[in-house]
Amino acid sequence: MGIGIRIEELRKVYDTPPPSAARGAGFSFTPVKSAPRKKFEVVALDGVSFEIRAGEIFGLLGPNGAGKSTTIGILTTRTRPTSGRAFIGEFDVWREQVKAKRLLGVVPQRPNLDFALTAREILVFHGAYFGQSAREREKRADELLEKFKLTDRATHMVRTFSGGMMQRLSIARAMMHDPEILFLDEPSAGLDPQTRLLLWEIVRDYNRLGKTIVLTTHYMDEADSLCERLAIIDHGRIIAQGTPRELKASIPGGYLLRLRFDRVPEELMAELRTLPGVTEVRTSDHIAADVYADRGGPLIGPIVTAANAAGIELHDVHIAEPSLETLFLHHTGRSLRD
Amino acid sequence: MNWKTFYALLSRDGHVARRNLLPMLLQNLLQPLLFTFVFGRVMTTSGMLPAAYKSMLLPGVMAISMVMAGVQAVAMPLIAEFQFTREIEDRLLAPIEIGWLAVAKIVTGMIQATFAGLVVIPAAWLLMGSGLSLNFGKPFEFAAVCLLVALFSSAGGLALGCSVGQTQIGLMFSLVLAPMMMFGCAYYPWSALSSFRVLQVAVLVNPLVYASEGLRGALAPQFPHIDTLLVIGVLTLIDGLILVLGLKKFQSKAVS
Repeated sequence: MGIGIRIEELRKVYDTPPPSAARGAGFSFTPVKSAPRKKFEVVALDGVSFEIRAGEIFGLLGPNGAGKSTTIGILTTRTRPTSGRAFIGEFDVWREQVKAKRLLGVVPQRPNLDFALTAREILVFHGAYFGQSAREREKRADELLEKFKLTDRATHMVRTFSGGMMQRLSIARAMMHDPEILFLDEPSAGLDPQTRLLLWEIVRDYNRLGKTIVLTTHYMDEADSLCERLAIIDHGRIIAQGTPRELKASIPGGYLLRLRFDRVPEELMAELRTLPGVTEVRTSDHIAADVYADRGGPLIGPIVTAANAAGIELHDVHIAEPSLETLFLHHTGRSLRD
Repeated sequence: MNWKTFYALLSRDGHVARRNLLPMLLQNLLQPLLFTFVFGRVMTTSGMLPAAYKSMLLPGVMAISMVMAGVQAVAMPLIAEFQFTREIEDRLLAPIEIGWLAVAKIVTGMIQATFAGLVVIPAAWLLMGSGLSLNFGKPFEFAAVCLLVALFSSAGGLALGCSVGQTQIGLMFSLVLAPMMMFGCAYYPWSALSSFRVLQVAVLVNPLVYASEGLRGALAPQFPHIDTLLVIGVLTLIDGLILVLGLKKFQSKAVS
């Protein structure tokens, strides 16, 4: 029996520069007397609501700075919401932190392993924080080290570990107390393809035990192959949510042809719209046009013909198959990597 | 309150402290011991300072050791754990109110501070040679002062560790700890400042003054010192203030 998550109208406004930049501002030698400083304000989340069902793999997808980590931060008690509420199971995350914390395990975006301890000690102490008995935590630590192929490095200090090993240990640590919900913040950033596949397998295995998994990613293929449901987030707002299949079906046409010409006059746009299978044509800067259609390659011929007829030169064609990438582009007008 | 978790947090710090015992001892004790040797032995044996200076100096050196040990035991790991390695995050996710994590840090710091202070007595005895006269007739006053000094140093370490950035550790030492040591009445009794009236009043904001004077009152009462009960009162007040400040800073640092 898994645990679900519900968040309601979550808003987060940072009034100081967000964590990494803010920390360390201890002494200041510049007197702040001159004109009142411009008030710092960053809206990281702007009224986000969604529900994650018990036992599903849920993905939060969006570019850097979209609000993914802030959402995870709030759900894991590390960030105080400006307004709105979040529930882990029946517990209000902010008001009943201790009860919520018992239910969740977190794999952070950047490894934050305890550098003063060995790999095995990290797991054993983590178990102790969660009140496991000495025998229980020793046994579980050994099992997890074995499972994550870290047994031979168990007594080494983690500062000597490679990035991939740290990541594996982070996941092992998050699973140590057998949490009902596992949060993974950008779990495959910086992993080699092999480790990435291993990670996916581990996540699926854990999910099979009835556990809820929440992961953030900006890799479309990861979201696509791993997640049962997704929310796409941008500028602190949810712009679409559903299963990967539903979301992809919502893209008009499905295929996206990105065309570059030497210029895009209105007549050409009109001409493109009349081509067979085309559902939508957009232009942003008068040299590029995005064509949404139910087919890809077969349209190239007619497009070239139309361009030639208008005396316009076609410079480049890129065909994207139906994917979450094109979905993101459709909703935001930006590519995920922008 | 979740004692199992609290105890686990404490034992993690204890485990790490044991592992780093030797460097930690060197870091905390070398400087005061060198000072003890130069001023307590070289200067007195050569006749540049009276032999009685030894007993006057020892409580001050003990106060400095305790304060440095407590501040460093809490502040240095905190600065690194919050900023560079972020390793504190795992403990912030432990099923306990996060304030207790700070309390565990303070308890570890207090133990280290007390240890660093007590080690000074036999070590100085060896280094200073004959002529040291200490009074152990006031065990309760001595214990109370030790406890309060240990608390303010580790709570101070908490406050400093949560407000100083990694790049400012050097500044913390030269701007906060160095003046604190020099004007902490460790190397001279407070009454010696009577010809510097303004300074004598100004140094009263320095908690180290009460630590030195309190230990002097307990261990070497033959020298002029501020009344020990007064010292205990002021230290209790300072402890309360720094504790509240430190816990507040910790909370705002731990939650974004």
